[in-house]
Amino acid sequence: MSIHSKIVDDLVANDISFVTTVPCKQLAGVIDEVDARPEIHHLPANKEDEGMGLCAGAFLGGKRPCIIMQNTAIGVTINTLATLTQFYRMPLPMLISYRGELREPVACQVEMAVHTKALLAQLNIPTYHFHRERDADELDAILKYTFMCNKPVAILTDASFWGGYGDQ
Amino acid sequence: MIRSEILRDIAPILRDHLVICNIGLPSQELHMIDDQPGNFYMLGTMGLSSSIGLGLALSQDKTVISIDGDGSVLTNFGTLPTIANNVADNYILLIIDNGSYGSTGDQPTYTGKKTSLAAVAAACGCENVVECPAEDAGTALRAAIDSRQMTVIVVKCDSGNIKVPVITMDPVVIRDRFMKAVQA
Repeated sequence: MSIHSKIVDDLVANDISFVTTVPCKQLAGVIDEVDARPEIHHLPANKEDEGMGLCAGAFLGGKRPCIIMQNTAIGVTINTLATLTQFYRMPLPMLISYRGELREPVACQVEMAVHTKALLAQLNIPTYHFHRERDADELDAILKYTFMCNKPVAILTDASFWGGYGDQ
Repeated sequence: MIRSEILRDIAPILRDHLVICNIGLPSQELHMIDDQPGNFYMLGTMGLSSSIGLGLALSQDKTVISIDGDGSVLTNFGTLPTIANNVADNYILLIIDNGSYGSTGDQPTYTGKKTSLAAVAAACGCENVVECPAEDAGTALRAAIDSRQMTVIVVKCDSGNIKVPVITMDPVVIRDRFMKAVQA
């Protein structure tokens, strides 16, 4: 089974039925898989804070949401995470492409990568880092943890986890 | 008419529906005029009333009215194409457009100048866009609810504020009683 299918299987098994996405090359396979599943309402968003608003609404409506985005989005969404998701105590698994790590070809991506974990730590957001494919074995437990504690939780997935960037 | 007068006018319509209310004075005014469990007051996060409302409308069947402002729509412009392309016929976006950032002291927004939110919404692909003067807000809102079609209403009104107390209710309490109203 592909890692994309395995990840989306875990989302579905945890009753996640509303997923907003902002595109990323590394996450393209997961996003395709999300889009293909009848159990999931896939809503592409134009910006990550908008996506978090959509997820908040879905949660109020009784659905379990998830957002898929790049780590650069942490810079965009700090206010939303603090004043909406955390303030109203809402669960939000964030499946994040961790650009700017080992095997990254684009220098500018490193500029947000060096801040990513510090910002998440400052926000007291539980953070998990998938570096090897077997790290995804914990995804099911992370999702259960997220909906147990009603917090935003970050799952950082780096280039090594995804097998690098093609022939880089 | 100013925003608080519009809210007073439409409160009897709003109380039968789920309402996501914009940050700052709009939430404080609605809270003072007619606090209801089905009102979700935004205490922060400018710009996301329309997004929260759309997510809610797509996730359950009851009618959802997002009360937004011109300044907040301008700050989250990406919301309009998302709304247009993900039609929820139980969703109404009610933009109270007073051409100013009311909660911060009535500084002018661009909608009081050249920019038309109704034209932008239509250009984004929203199929039912209504612009009306403040006096017709209630009529337009009732028509939108009865039509059972996703509608964007832009209510043009004067800028101006009344004195209102801040909302001291805990956000988790607001959220919890709102979710119970959703499920009721």
